[in-house]
Amino acid sequence: MSNGPLEIKAISGHAGTVAGRDASRDYEVAKLIDVTTCIGCKACEVACLEWNGYPFRETQFDNTYQTMPDLAWNYYNLIRFNEHVAEDGTFSWLMRKDGCLHCADPGCLRACPADGAIVQYANGIVDFQQENCIGCQYCVTGCPFNIPKFNPETKKVHKCTLCSDRVGAGLEPACIKACPTGCLHFGSKDDMKDLANKRVAQLREHTSHTNAGLYDPAGVGGTHVMYVLHDINHPEAYGGLPKDPQVPLAVRVWKGPLKWLGNLAIAGGIIGAALHYVRYGPKTVESADPEKPAPKEVSK
Amino acid sequence: MSSGPVSLPGSQAASPGAGRIERYTFRERICHWLTGFAYLYCLFTGLAFYSPYLFWMAVMLGGGSTSRFWHPFLGLVFAAGVIWMHGIWRSDVALSDADRAWIDEVKSYATNRDDQVPAQDRFNGGQKVFYWAMLYGGVLLLLSGLVMWFPEYVPAGLGWIRPLVVLIHSASALVTIGAFIIHIYMGIFVVPGSIPAIVHGFVSRDWARTHHRLWYDRVTRPSAGRE
Repeated sequence: MSNGPLEIKAISGHAGTVAGRDASRDYEVAKLIDVTTCIGCKACEVACLEWNGYPFRETQFDNTYQTMPDLAWNYYNLIRFNEHVAEDGTFSWLMRKDGCLHCADPGCLRACPADGAIVQYANGIVDFQQENCIGCQYCVTGCPFNIPKFNPETKKVHKCTLCSDRVGAGLEPACIKACPTGCLHFGSKDDMKDLANKRVAQLREHTSHTNAGLYDPAGVGGTHVMYVLHDINHPEAYGGLPKDPQVPLAVRVWKGPLKWLGNLAIAGGIIGAALHYVRYGPKTVESADPEKPAPKEVSK
Repeated sequence: MSSGPVSLPGSQAASPGAGRIERYTFRERICHWLTGFAYLYCLFTGLAFYSPYLFWMAVMLGGGSTSRFWHPFLGLVFAAGVIWMHGIWRSDVALSDADRAWIDEVKSYATNRDDQVPAQDRFNGGQKVFYWAMLYGGVLLLLSGLVMWFPEYVPAGLGWIRPLVVLIHSASALVTIGAFIIHIYMGIFVVPGSIPAIVHGFVSRDWARTHHRLWYDRVTRPSAGRE
């Protein structure tokens, strides 16, 4: 992490140029996952558990090599194994490291009602602050990737932190460090996009993966975890990666127009009632009505 | 029972004095306040989750986590209260032609030109509309709230249902809040005597005759007590 404002601009009595002056500084970080070179070794899963201090969970066999069917509150990182038959009948075995994508427009953050429970750092990392989490799980509702997981015992929600604690200290995330094939990369978002585009061009030119592409979905403003996929037209084949993820429309209506309409209606109702009282006041009880015959009184 | 139990003045020890009519039985009052306080708790904690500018309400009620923990349980109490209330008041709140006539004259009612408002039975048209808004709103709140309580059990293929129920929950809550504001305003400010009626159960004869003439006529018929 570069310390922007304290970047040196001029140096007294210094011969030559100022080192690093006017160099481009990227503050946004990204993880790039090149699924075409993933071998499914799960070293990243183990590294994730080790760094975050979680014990290894009980695995759950579901007829694949996958550790368990889904992510868990203390399991941020899961390689999804999918057998895929292409239209031409060829078979492929797809492996994708699943976890939080750290959206530029995070649906979890939009939906969250608790002050300070979700923060987005300037470098793009979206981090949950469990001490402020109230356990409502609105983030689960807001996420288009179905990532946040609830711990029913502590009533807190967890997900991948992109190792914000490591990145803040100038280290790469734990999963990156563990990857033996170089399928995982970490750096500035621009650098990762350049690297991804080179890899995509290589795949398109030198392999049969002519539809290879970079998964950095615009519907959520781009992500800070990106994938190079063999076939960018079928992200669903990689264990349910959505083709065009969006913050759900209902969440946007709920947090947008409905809220303003509701605020106006509540304020209008209270002000209207006050004005009505001043204008018309309370109803009075008629002690007797001379127009109509008096109702029969029941004898005491 | 459903037509509004009446104990005639002086007939029971509970009578607060001559000339007063029992408008709400003990059971009805307990049901009303149980449902009302459960609603208030859900209202304040729900508003806290609705807007960051109202999150202080959750802080006042013990913090966000505590509010989030109790909100669904008090929601169940509210739902149970509404069901109980429906059992008690079912036939009193059915909309009739008299209510439609009342709704047509709602402007006269709201501007206190009460001589132009048709005579009303135990509950007037506005009270019935309030009742049905809370009942249908409560049903929607209960169903959507149950999904929101356990979002992790929504099947993966039905993920779209989660944002939808949140939208339904907040929209139906807003409808009940609109109705609730009018309910509170009417009870506290517009119709003096309402609060003692729903707390202690009794109203004066004049109050009953003024606001609910049909009900008054019905329950003060000499045969009423033997029905």
